[in-house]
Amino acid sequence: MVQLAEIVAYAVTSLASDPGSSYDSQRVCAYLYFALWSIAHYGLMVTSDNLRTGLFDTHVELGGRIVPFGGWDMPVQYPNGILAEVKAVRTAAGVFDVSHMGRLYISGPKATEFLDWVLTGSASTLRVGRARYCLICNEKGGVIDDTIFYRLTDDRYLLIPNAGNRPAVMAWFQKWIDEKFSPGCSMEDVTTQTGLIAFQGPHTPDFIDQVFDNPLSGMRPFSWAEGSIQGVSVFVGRTGYTGEDGFELLVQGHDAVKIWTALTGSGAVPCGLGARDVLRLEAGLPLHGHELDEETTPIEAGLDRFVRREGTFISSQFLESQRMNGVAKKLVGFTLQGRSAPRAGYALLDNGEKIGTVTSGSYSPTLDTSIGMGYVLERYVEPGTILDLNIRGRTVPVTITDLPFYTRTRRT
Amino acid sequence: MSNPKDRKYTEEHEWVMIDDSTANTAVAGITDYAQDQLGDIVYFELPKVGDNITHLGKMGEVESVKAVSDLFSPIDGVVTEINEKLLDHPELVNRDPFGDGWIIKATMADAAALDGLMSAADYDAFIAGL
Repeated sequence: MVQLAEIVAYAVTSLASDPGSSYDSQRVCAYLYFALWSIAHYGLMVTSDNLRTGLFDTHVELGGRIVPFGGWDMPVQYPNGILAEVKAVRTAAGVFDVSHMGRLYISGPKATEFLDWVLTGSASTLRVGRARYCLICNEKGGVIDDTIFYRLTDDRYLLIPNAGNRPAVMAWFQKWIDEKFSPGCSMEDVTTQTGLIAFQGPHTPDFIDQVFDNPLSGMRPFSWAEGSIQGVSVFVGRTGYTGEDGFELLVQGHDAVKIWTALTGSGAVPCGLGARDVLRLEAGLPLHGHELDEETTPIEAGLDRFVRREGTFISSQFLESQRMNGVAKKLVGFTLQGRSAPRAGYALLDNGEKIGTVTSGSYSPTLDTSIGMGYVLERYVEPGTILDLNIRGRTVPVTITDLPFYTRTRRT
Repeated sequence: MSNPKDRKYTEEHEWVMIDDSTANTAVAGITDYAQDQLGDIVYFELPKVGDNITHLGKMGEVESVKAVSDLFSPIDGVVTEINEKLLDHPELVNRDPFGDGWIIKATMADAAALDGLMSAADYDAFIAGL
């Protein structure tokens, strides 16, 4: 009945690595079917060519349930379960292995000029010591990936692509380096030699000062600093993907277990990809492969504020024209009564006519109701609009809602 | 958690046992293995009292945070009672799948049909092979 069924929700994410993917339900069903077929034939134990992070053995020791994600074997949850993990991050502190995400250094005298061309956010106006979220778009404004990049020096940056998109991002960057920015700009992939740990939750500023050799709780959001734990050097960003305060820690691969253990030793709860997905959804944050893909633009996804208006970059003209002329579909958030969850691929309807598609959905433990995001025709985006959702043949009403669903209380 | 020997099991990870032999009713639920695979259960879609259910026919749905799964009936029969507590507290099935987390009761068309299902030992071997 249920063996390995939780993988199903993640199967949709494999769309991310499939250029030209779309969310029509037949395709999603095909992916779901493939996931179930794989499960039936290969079982839970992942014996594929997937990569493993330096913390893989730690996850297994902790009882983490391992699933394939973006080409990696990763823990979807630990024995206490997703709800307990979400609660830990919302009320205290959680720790996530996010070493599956990419780490690329972009360096050279033309690095800034290069990033100004390939990113929707400006590198030249980003000060050393700061970080920025933005999109990597193709010529048609389609999102190859979303990313956070950190300015390390005048001519050196660290850029974090999503796990499954790292090859596509690197191929895209290399093409443009070769065409326009070489010599003078180079890219170095340190993903497999390093580890990345997200440390998230309202108690993390207190914990981080206990665990680190140097005080870091005063760091500003979207800044980075050098720190150390028991003499081990750590690159610390005040960034995250949960809607909570927190930090992301880049370490050498062989130091990952030591840093992880120091954080869990301070009381932080190990959390898997399942909790991470619920947390980012509650915070209204998009996930590439769900809300974003190469057929969808940042304007459609409601990410206009991460697309700069000045300067020329790949897709700048296209995105500006979308801004001026409007778009046919837009990303919305919606809520529904009860705990039955919308799932990616489900249809949104108006009087029985399909006018949209769910991209993500879940029961939200923080709000104790079900929530979802999806694309609808532009005339249905107004908060308060009521639509129907088809949940496996059952029709339930949903209400369009402002995003995010959840906003943390900020410390004063 | 070991699988209790006082009941029968299906390959769809449901359990069933005689609840009241004089009235020929059975009680059924999902196994500890099933709830563990699902993770935190948040929602049940259950049949109504009086509904006909058939062996291995869909009788409802269970949703966890990350998964949706059909519930299949282990028997032919008519639903006499559902566990109303699950509507507000679906996590009961995570906590006590073989006890307070029972899902439905039903009158059986043929109690002898239970003989065709797996014993606890058979089911132990079945899940060990998954």
